[in-house]
Amino acid sequence: MSNQETLTSQTTKVAPAGMPGKHGHISVEKPKNSKEVLSRLWSYLSKESAYLFLILVLLNINITCTLIGSYLLRPTINNFIIPRNISGLITMILLLLIIYAIGAIAGVFLNRIMILVAQKTISNIRVDLFSKLQSLPLNFFDSAKHGDLMSLFVNDMDNVSDALNASLLQFLTSSIMVIGILSLMLYISPLLTLVTFIIVPFMLWVASAIIKKSKGFFTTQQKALGEVDGYVEEMIIGMKVVKVFCFEGVAEKNFESLNYDLRDKATKAQLYAGVMQPIIQNLNTINFALTATVGGLLAIFKGFDLGGLAAFMQYSRQFGRPVNEISSQYNTIQSALAAAERIFQIMDELAETSDIPGAIDLVDVKGNVEFNEVTFSYDDDKVILKNISFCAKAGQKIALVGSTGAGKTTIMNLLPRFYDIQAGHITIDGLDIMKLKRGSLRKALAIVLQDTHLFKASVMDNIRYGKLEATNEEVIAAAILSGADSFIQRLPKGYHTLLQNDGDNLSQGQRQLLNITRSIVAKPVILILDEATSSIDTRTEQTIQKGVDQLMKGLTCFVIAHRLSTVRDADEILVLDNGEIIERGNHETLLKQKGKYYQLYTSQFD
Amino acid sequence: MKRYLIFLSKYKKALILAPLLVVIDVICEIVQPKLMSTIVDQGVRQKDMSFILHTGAFMVALSLIAIATNVGNIFYSSHASVGFAAELRKGMFSKIQEFSFANLDKFSSATLTTRITNDVNILQDVIMMSLRLLIRAPLMLLFAVIIAISINAGLALVIAVAIPVLATCMYVILKKGFPYFEKMQKKLDKVNLVVQENLINVRVVKSFVRETFENKKFGHSNNELREMAVKASGMVVLIMPVMQLIMNLSIVAIVWFGGNAIIKDTFQVGQLMSFITYITQILMSLMMLSMTIMTFSRAEASSDRILEILEAPADIIDTASAIEKNLQITLGKIEFKDVFFKYHSNGAEFVLKGINLVVNSGETVAIIGATGAAKSTLVQLIPRLYDISSGKVLINDIDVRDYTLFNLRINLKLVLQQNELFTGTIKQNLKWGNQQATDDEIIAAAQDAQAHDFIMSFPLQYETLLGHSGINISGGQKQRLCIARAILRKPAILILDDSTSAVDSITEAKIRASFSQHLKGTTIIIIAQRISSILSADKIVLLDNGAIIGTGTHDDLIKTNLVYKEIYNSQQLQL
Repeated sequence: MSNQETLTSQTTKVAPAGMPGKHGHISVEKPKNSKEVLSRLWSYLSKESAYLFLILVLLNINITCTLIGSYLLRPTINNFIIPRNISGLITMILLLLIIYAIGAIAGVFLNRIMILVAQKTISNIRVDLFSKLQSLPLNFFDSAKHGDLMSLFVNDMDNVSDALNASLLQFLTSSIMVIGILSLMLYISPLLTLVTFIIVPFMLWVASAIIKKSKGFFTTQQKALGEVDGYVEEMIIGMKVVKVFCFEGVAEKNFESLNYDLRDKATKAQLYAGVMQPIIQNLNTINFALTATVGGLLAIFKGFDLGGLAAFMQYSRQFGRPVNEISSQYNTIQSALAAAERIFQIMDELAETSDIPGAIDLVDVKGNVEFNEVTFSYDDDKVILKNISFCAKAGQKIALVGSTGAGKTTIMNLLPRFYDIQAGHITIDGLDIMKLKRGSLRKALAIVLQDTHLFKASVMDNIRYGKLEATNEEVIAAAILSGADSFIQRLPKGYHTLLQNDGDNLSQGQRQLLNITRSIVAKPVILILDEATSSIDTRTEQTIQKGVDQLMKGLTCFVIAHRLSTVRDADEILVLDNGEIIERGNHETLLKQKGKYYQLYTSQFD
Repeated sequence: MKRYLIFLSKYKKALILAPLLVVIDVICEIVQPKLMSTIVDQGVRQKDMSFILHTGAFMVALSLIAIATNVGNIFYSSHASVGFAAELRKGMFSKIQEFSFANLDKFSSATLTTRITNDVNILQDVIMMSLRLLIRAPLMLLFAVIIAISINAGLALVIAVAIPVLATCMYVILKKGFPYFEKMQKKLDKVNLVVQENLINVRVVKSFVRETFENKKFGHSNNELREMAVKASGMVVLIMPVMQLIMNLSIVAIVWFGGNAIIKDTFQVGQLMSFITYITQILMSLMMLSMTIMTFSRAEASSDRILEILEAPADIIDTASAIEKNLQITLGKIEFKDVFFKYHSNGAEFVLKGINLVVNSGETVAIIGATGAAKSTLVQLIPRLYDISSGKVLINDIDVRDYTLFNLRINLKLVLQQNELFTGTIKQNLKWGNQQATDDEIIAAAQDAQAHDFIMSFPLQYETLLGHSGINISGGQKQRLCIARAILRKPAILILDDSTSAVDSITEAKIRASFSQHLKGTTIIIIAQRISSILSADKIVLLDNGAIIGTGTHDDLIKTNLVYKEIYNSQQLQL
């Protein structure tokens, strides 16, 4: 539960892209294979290639307008202001107005189109990732951490989206801008541009030196931050235990040393991240000063025109910003690529094997289930189930008992093909389940688990999850059958009550009843009850039992239970140990055997 | 703001120096265009080479000073802001350590964690920005305006128009854009909810073959998110072009008016050039300022969340007399005298109603009852994890409030239903029960809790790592480790709150047997589901809906108590 909350609260951050407030948190991540990631991102972006082309055109118009606007200062001063030509000045002003207006219009459209493209792209990636997740086999979810998968949607998508929204365009703008400014400078005065050519490499060198240094500090800061976050999270989740064991003092002491370690490392990281921008800016000011000086001298000795100097000075001032932008966007783009790489990695996971060619639909199921010499392991090295054979006739109740880890749940995961077996056969009505269409196989089954998870939707829709086309009447009939109807009626809005947070406004017993009702609606032929009532106290269990009995009527049932009282009436009880069936028979015969079952049973009722 | 001052008190020097250095930096930067204009207007005009060279050198020198003051400012402001964050985290962490269970219930652990990490980071940024941008931008604006007026008061009218226009545009854009961002956040939460539900419910989705349905559901939320994101970001991206346009229009205005003035000989080319630079600077500063203020307004929510922790009253603390008396718990007699309890003082109904119960030292007492009967609540009152509303809880005839929390809890071990192990080795985890325990004592406790055998089956045995980077252990194994941890000190009172639910019944019986052998003097209270677990208890307490409805041995209760009989039967076999 707490894990879940962590996830939701992570998503509540409001940080519009391209706004300040993110400064100082340079990410040090790098993609492992930028080329590959870029080409895959491109395959998404290129779907909008018409728009992208338009963006490029508009971008060039926008930048050209800005640069020409600044350049026009030269003729304005040289040809009209200095020679005192008012009518010429008016023409130039009008020209400037037109150019700037065009630039502004291009700018607005350019940015808005970019947002459209970016959001469309990111939205496509999200959909692909989600449907990929839907197609992945269960063992993927067993090994992957929920937190990591959530983080793909919450953090990584956010990174990619920020980069597409803002960084990409800024990076492009700045690059084109630098080239444009440099060429105009060269055009106005190659000699004066020399000054810039001396300072700029120096600027770049300083920038890269600082970035290099600061990356190292950021890595150590990130590590220290991870440790502090991890410690805080762990201590807070275990806070009640901390209190029971009077561990507050030790916790505070441990935290303090981690915390101060983080402070020292973060200070350095902040310092290096912070100084870069002002240093570059002031180096640019030096560039500006030198340009003014040399320009002034050129004006005196080489007759360099004042208008040219004015325009040149404008460019020289503007020059610092794109250089700064490029270096700061570089990091954002790198970490976005790393995020995209993680996303694509999941997309490359192997999906559930598709149905074999000629797979048949399972129809008119009777419910005869047979396991024949089934052997199974998760990843080849350790055999989980060995030579499992048993047979369940339609309508029979089969119980699986044994200690934790004996393989009870694993067996039941094989039937709906959550996992595929390595050897042996599983058949339903004599048909090998490998040869069935997976969807039709699963539709014939219903599984009621110990953990009852519901969706944020109305009670009605939660029950209807079992059969999407079920009418309200069908749903209510099922609820009456299971006995859920009476408590649903008492809910504030009855069947239309919205369930919040995994149904935490209901008791566990009520949630399980909904679960059972959902399975009744689904009208399965085979039912698997996996510890369905284990976490419910015995009195509540009795009320649920009515629902369970209704559900089981006429179905082939497999029951996994902790409390052996619930499995006494089974047609056959399979006792599992270490992945093997060690005893089988009905309750009486097993008790008489005085084996493992007898041991388990008597220890519960001595 | 006042509340935060103590966290800054260590960094007074930095707090004074950082802004001072900004002032110097701004002065150095702001005179540059003015100096440049003199190069053109005096140097070039009068062909005064040495003036040009001197001015140029002066400009370079100012830039070097600016670099130094900038580095200094960042040095001090990162010291102050990072230090502030560290002190704040420390303060919050200590405060949380003081929290009672009631406090903890109010905040979920996840929100506590994000507050102490993310929210503090946001405030750290605020301090950093306050010591830099928040001082720099207005100063820059002010100085630039002053210099612009001093160069040409008439032309400065352009500024007087441009500033309000830009301010209005920014205001309108942000005002319109911000609600979109809030809406977008909601849509994003919805998308994430679908993902999260699908991760948790993966078995349900697969077994009902609802992949397509879920894909559609996700697609729908995702489209809503996209539409809102386009609206929200679409507003924000207007800022740059609008800013650019206003800036360019101002420049055009200045070229027009300035050009006219030059023609009339009341203005000079160099001045025109510097004026253009100043107006650029003014508008940029204004934009910076509004962005900064916006970031600050967002930080307000973080600040509120932090203050909520800092200002939460820690409601269970040592009384003065308890500290003075420093009583220890040696025996384990427990008595409830007419105890009433509810979680919230304004709650409508009492959770526990008129509890009277005596548990003698060394007895084993079982508490049973349906979910929601308040069994856990009852036992949590003994170590004062919650304080009662009325009545008395006594240990050895002394009110629990007259012991210090430390003395009370150190000899009273409660194994919680939701128990946690921590990152570290098994041995380190067990040592929580007693920091001074020897290896032999640890092994003995593990043996009693039936944990020794499985611990020895791990390659690293007691040095096996648990937690994040460690191995996964089963629920039953975890519960046994938790029990071992609790009995390491041989407490006077041991409370097991349904703490063997995942342990199979054979092992559970063994644990009970070793308790009766090795924890003879210890008072044991067991909350259990299975009647089989508690048959041998000295006393069974039957709790229903917050009240005791039966006390006695199994044999008494089975005869006299209908509810007990019903529970018993529900678990009993029909032989």
